[in-house]
Amino acid sequence: MNYLFYISSVVAIVATIMVITRYHPVHALLYLVVSFLAVSMIFLSLGAPFVAILEIILYAGAIIVLFIFVVMMLNIGSEAAAQEKQWIKTQTWAGPTILTAILLAELLVLMIRGDSTTITDQSVPIKQISFSLYKEYIIAVELVGFLLMAGIVGAAHIGRHKKRYLHRFLREKEERESVKL
Amino acid sequence: MASYSVLAVAAILFTLGLIGVLTRRNVIFILISVEVMLNAAGLAFVAAGARWGQPDGQVMFLFILAMAASEVSVGLALVMQVYHQHKTLDVTRLNVLKDDIDIQEIKVQ
Amino acid sequence: MHQTLSLIPALPLAGFLILSLLGRRLPNRLVALIGAGVISAAAIIAIWLGISFLQAPPDSGAYSVELWRWMSVANFNCSFSLHVDALSLVFVFVITFVGALIHIYSAGFMKHDRDYARFFASMNLFVCAMLLLVMADNLVLLYLGWEGVGLCSYLLIGFWYETTANVQAANKAFYITRVGDTAMAIGFFLLFRELGTLDIPAIQKLAPEHFTSGSPIITAIALLLLAGGMGKSAQVPLQTWLPDAMAGPSPVSALIHAATMVTAGVYLVARMHVLFQLSPLVMSITAVIGALTLFIAGCSAMVQTDIKRILAYSTISQVGYMFLALGVGAWSAGVFHFFTHAFFKALLFLAAGAVIESLHHEHGIFKMGGLKNKMPLVFYTFLAGAAALAALPLITAGFFSKDQVLWYALSANGGNPLLWIVALLGAFITAFYTTRLMLVVFWGTEKTHVGELPGRLMTLPLVILAILSICAGFIEWPHNMLHITLFSDLVQKVLPPVVEAEPVPSEALFQLIAVVATFSGVFVGYLLYRKNTSIIESWKQTPAMVWLRDFFYTGWKFDELYNILFVRPFVFITQLNKQDVIDKIYAGIVSLFQRLNGIFSVSQDGSVRTYVIGVLIGIIFILALQLIL
Repeated sequence: MNYLFYISSVVAIVATIMVITRYHPVHALLYLVVSFLAVSMIFLSLGAPFVAILEIILYAGAIIVLFIFVVMMLNIGSEAAAQEKQWIKTQTWAGPTILTAILLAELLVLMIRGDSTTITDQSVPIKQISFSLYKEYIIAVELVGFLLMAGIVGAAHIGRHKKRYLHRFLREKEERESVKL
Repeated sequence: MASYSVLAVAAILFTLGLIGVLTRRNVIFILISVEVMLNAAGLAFVAAGARWGQPDGQVMFLFILAMAASEVSVGLALVMQVYHQHKTLDVTRLNVLKDDIDIQEIKVQ
Repeated sequence: MHQTLSLIPALPLAGFLILSLLGRRLPNRLVALIGAGVISAAAIIAIWLGISFLQAPPDSGAYSVELWRWMSVANFNCSFSLHVDALSLVFVFVITFVGALIHIYSAGFMKHDRDYARFFASMNLFVCAMLLLVMADNLVLLYLGWEGVGLCSYLLIGFWYETTANVQAANKAFYITRVGDTAMAIGFFLLFRELGTLDIPAIQKLAPEHFTSGSPIITAIALLLLAGGMGKSAQVPLQTWLPDAMAGPSPVSALIHAATMVTAGVYLVARMHVLFQLSPLVMSITAVIGALTLFIAGCSAMVQTDIKRILAYSTISQVGYMFLALGVGAWSAGVFHFFTHAFFKALLFLAAGAVIESLHHEHGIFKMGGLKNKMPLVFYTFLAGAAALAALPLITAGFFSKDQVLWYALSANGGNPLLWIVALLGAFITAFYTTRLMLVVFWGTEKTHVGELPGRLMTLPLVILAILSICAGFIEWPHNMLHITLFSDLVQKVLPPVVEAEPVPSEALFQLIAVVATFSGVFVGYLLYRKNTSIIESWKQTPAMVWLRDFFYTGWKFDELYNILFVRPFVFITQLNKQDVIDKIYAGIVSLFQRLNGIFSVSQDGSVRTYVIGVLIGIIFILALQLIL
């Protein structure tokens, strides 16, 4: 199982690097699917099959599909990729990358310093997760319900393809300005 | 495997996502990077749960998942709206919140 | 009984509330009806209360009622309680009765004023505050009334606020009485620290047990309370506000001088007599201040030309008599003088108001003259008041009270021949300036055309007050004449009797001297202003006399003294600090933050990435701290 973990870790990291370096959105999304699948494998090796399945269904399935839909609807393909190519230059990514590298170094030092034990793939039964979810976390579950509700309503409201002007004052202002011109 | 090696993978994934957020100018790429970061955070939770043999880590991952789902749906709706309004996805041009007030104007006599 | 007691201050308060909230919408007739009506109703209740008090005195010697608990903090309890004993009763009667007459008079006097409702609202509140002051069961409630009186005097003195001088006079009255008020408040604090209570009956019971006579702390407390009384009662050196308080309408002056305000100090000293008795030093100080005041104010009254200023100085001087009486331990004599003084001083002010009104707002007495035949009713009532002020023997109320004061200034235990001589001199001066006022205003030739004569609303109070100015004294006769002592019998339920010094000199002789002094005052006045006016003319040529006149005219230059002592140094300091040094600090803070704002607003560039980098640097910093520490 250890090998499974190391192999999938390497795959996840490499895939993620590819995600953030691609110019074309669709390519990036495909690598993102790979990354998610690799993380799902890590979950399996940690003895968490339930979340591994969820990772595949929800992340690799639903969320990625959502992204792809939007990319399709906006019709940003090779044109956006060309633009991205222009935008990404050494001076734009060098600074943030160095900063983030410092952060990573700090995190790693802190982790290695802390106590470390061996994790086996001793899986936690799904029954126990369910009990825990609907017993001590019941309020959190209900709050998540609210959150999803708000997400749906918000997305539906914001995404509505509506009139050009958000408020009639803005329209009147623009009309006045156009008259002046 | 040692628990810190799992956490190290999570940290690496997280920082990679962060680099993505910081370097990309396209809103869609930023959102993708945010997903990577959230996923890394979930990985850390699950690792911690496995470390103690408790279900709480996985429960937290479920919550992160739900949060990521709603975040993505709202975020993508915003992306579409922004694209319609401004005809661009370049975040450097979406800086309407910039502090434009001239400091000299409010100077006290 | 309890409900009736609370009605006395509640009625004026109700009048104030109605008039201040709705007054502008009500017709003038109704405003006058409410304004004068509530006070008259309160007066009727007060008279009824007084009659039942005299017929069947309550066992405890006082009617008292606790309306509600006002505040309760730790071991400090203060209730909203009214307490009416014989002393309060005298004050309540005078305040409501004279107040009611003044209100009735005002209904006529102010009828052309456009702020009719505001006037009556303030007057009602004034009476209400004064009633609370004299009916209070504890010193906190008394202080409420005390400050209410101060506030209302400010409102009424500055009633015609369009004129700057009036507003300045109101400010002056407010500031100067504030000096006394502050001292009094400190006195209350000390009293509370010592006794742990501010209930007046409790203080009267505890004080003799707690304090040893003449100890420094009781002297300090009594002195501070006296300072409070001096501020409100316009005693030297806090007297300068009263002459300027003439800026208000005449009924206001009458109310301030006769029924309310200036007598508050007399009430306070009489009410706290237990404390004052414990400190012989402060008693003598009170007497000396009284004597000094009556002399200084009397001298100033001699040379004034404004009719109301003459009366104002005469008030200061008469209140000085009251303080003198209180100081020598003749408590009932002091209160009795207040009682008679209220009638004739209210009368004089109201009559003076009538004169001023009829002469088209002319204040100067040398521009009046010959009014004897033009305004006969005002003349006869004014004559009655002036006679009482001058204390013409046996036929006026002023004589009976002033005679008592004079007699006790000599014979009481705290008395002293020097005090008596000053008081006698004061009596002479009083008679002189009263004669001068009468002769100049009512005799001689007419100098200003007489306009509209006062109406019936105004003359009725004058007549009632004139009758009282003559008769009010008959309830208390000098010991050696008739044995009628109704008044002192009443107040001696509360106030201790006079302790006479041994051996007592012959009273009749000194009465005769006083009478001679009075008549010689009248005669000198007649001589100088009627018989032989050339003497005055010759004095006008003498520099010394001119200087003296000027000195008296400006009230012994107290205003200038205060100007040099307090106003000028303050102005000097403010001018030094024209740039406002302290403000520089705050301006500096402001500009510092503006600079910082300029620096940090660069980071607000609206770009999400910059913000994320900010967050990132923060995380790095915190984690670095964790690594190092």
